[in-house]
Amino acid sequence: MKLYSGNEMVAEAAIAAGCRFFAGYPITPSSEIAERMSKLLPEVGGRFIQMEDELASMAAIIGGSLAGRKSMTATSGPGFSLKQENLGFATIAEVPCVIVNVMRGGPSTGLPTAPSQSDVMQARWGTHGDHPIIALTPSYMREIFDETVRAFNLAEKYRTPVILLLDEVIAHLHEGVALPDPDEIEIVDRKKPTVPPEEYEPFADTEDHVPPMANFFEGYRYHVTGLSHNQKGLPTTDFEVVHAIQVRRQKKIDEHLEDILKWEEIDMDDAEIAVLAYGSIGRSATDAVRELRNEGLKVGLFRPLTIWPFPEQRVAEIAKQVKTIIVPEMNLGQIVLEVERIAKSDARVIGINQVGGVMIRPREIVSRVKEVA
Amino acid sequence: MAFNYDEYVRTETIPHMWCPGCGIGIVMKAIIRAFTALQWDKNDIAFVSGIGCTSRMPGYMDMNTLHTTHGRALAFATGIKLAHPEKHVVVVGGDGDATAIGGNHLIHAARRNIDITLIINDNNIYGMTGGQYSPTTPAHMIASTAPYGMVEPNFDIARLAMGAGATYVARETIAKGIMLEKYIRTGMAHKGFSVIVAESTCPIQFGRRNRLADPVELMHWVRDHGVPKTKAAKMEPDELQGKFVTGELVRDDSRPEFTEVYQQIIDQAMKKGD
Repeated sequence: MKLYSGNEMVAEAAIAAGCRFFAGYPITPSSEIAERMSKLLPEVGGRFIQMEDELASMAAIIGGSLAGRKSMTATSGPGFSLKQENLGFATIAEVPCVIVNVMRGGPSTGLPTAPSQSDVMQARWGTHGDHPIIALTPSYMREIFDETVRAFNLAEKYRTPVILLLDEVIAHLHEGVALPDPDEIEIVDRKKPTVPPEEYEPFADTEDHVPPMANFFEGYRYHVTGLSHNQKGLPTTDFEVVHAIQVRRQKKIDEHLEDILKWEEIDMDDAEIAVLAYGSIGRSATDAVRELRNEGLKVGLFRPLTIWPFPEQRVAEIAKQVKTIIVPEMNLGQIVLEVERIAKSDARVIGINQVGGVMIRPREIVSRVKEVA
Repeated sequence: MAFNYDEYVRTETIPHMWCPGCGIGIVMKAIIRAFTALQWDKNDIAFVSGIGCTSRMPGYMDMNTLHTTHGRALAFATGIKLAHPEKHVVVVGGDGDATAIGGNHLIHAARRNIDITLIINDNNIYGMTGGQYSPTTPAHMIASTAPYGMVEPNFDIARLAMGAGATYVARETIAKGIMLEKYIRTGMAHKGFSVIVAESTCPIQFGRRNRLADPVELMHWVRDHGVPKTKAAKMEPDELQGKFVTGELVRDDSRPEFTEVYQQIIDQAMKKGD
């Protein structure tokens, strides 16, 4: 058992997951991730670089990943905004990488040292154009470890950027945690082509919609571009080709939801009221649900660990089961809109929204649930 | 026998998309000749660009090629070089891409002295987007966003790169292709950050607006604005007004290269861990 902050935990887990390249730019409240990586990476033969800005950091990890190193960057709200164009590049060029965003209050410089959960929609749609994305929202220290490893694995498996969404509360909270034995950690590596180089199509459709990925310098000599491209990787504006590849990229996530989605449920079996919460507020909600159960109320918790893609099907089932879904979030209403959209008229959806940089405590959830029960 | 350029070209992608009379082809040929002279294995080269006419070049080249976002080529290239310091990383871009939106990455790559070669095709204009002025558009010249003539002072890219710490800097016009090839070759072989500025031509977007639409006439115009280093040394500053100095401007092997310095850090950190 050792004491770690959430940010330190991300760095430890990244190394365990096989991350060997980090490029970043300092920004509160994420900076400890870069600081820790600068120490740990050379010890395992990896490389760290503090780039000149956020855009460069995102660009550098894409380059590092194309050249075969598992790569990560870490940032907070305004820095995440600056990374968005190159994040889009990583989605269209299908380059595995991990982006940590320790959310802080916004918009703009906002609340540099205070928590928020107001970048969940930016995580989904921050870059332009249609694209799938994966974003994870752990709540506990061991979960941060596991989800960081899972972020790298999902990135490799689906050739996509994966966003790890933390908030300042868990990033700076210290908790004692027992880490798994390195041998017990499952590591996934990108699928490699088995065909000779002249037959290789880096963006071809395959059964699982994820084309094998050759790294640079492995003899495959292909082209990577942010332009719409054909299966060879060369630019094209051919309607059918562009459409097919766009749809294929979406499918590689949509058709693997069972593998990608992850959540925790507490006392949902007979629940009449559900609390849906993630990140640090998932912890408040857990306490609130336990307290309310002790008082005899039929309340359950749904805590998504994968926030994107959103666990739509399960939430729709819950909406049919319960009368009310309560969504506490440190924003003015982002995921609550997603829940409303899915619940339709099957359940009443109520948000608890607070943005002053103070987390939503269990008693605020308890009293709101009692009001509507 | 004529020189065979095909070895480094994805011939199936030709014809290219550049306009007739464009200077980029001369730069591309000089780059291919330099690769050939150095006998670099195509599998060991990453050829990277940003956005713009010049940045389409990697798509035509048969190696590991990466066409990135506007201005960011050097940042992507830095990631590649750090992932594989033993491989060759070459970046190509236009004046707008490399010195306006990408200016920050240019100065920091130079400061780090990372072993990347940057070749800038400087045609004094934004060609692909329709002839807007760039940081190198000369005074009073017309652009689609400078209908009254360029009002801002322009960058001397070579001096900018030298000031920021690039350890190899050369400049030549596309009128002197053999010299250009020589500088590109030397820059590629140089251990450290090297910048080769190819003073080039855009007859369609730059020339047409400035009564220099004839590609040969425009090439002569560019050539006549270059002054060889030895000649420039004897000239007064006001005589050099509006001109640029050509030749090998800096060649410094004394500064440590970034990835080599970092390797020492790795060796030290791994030893400590043992």
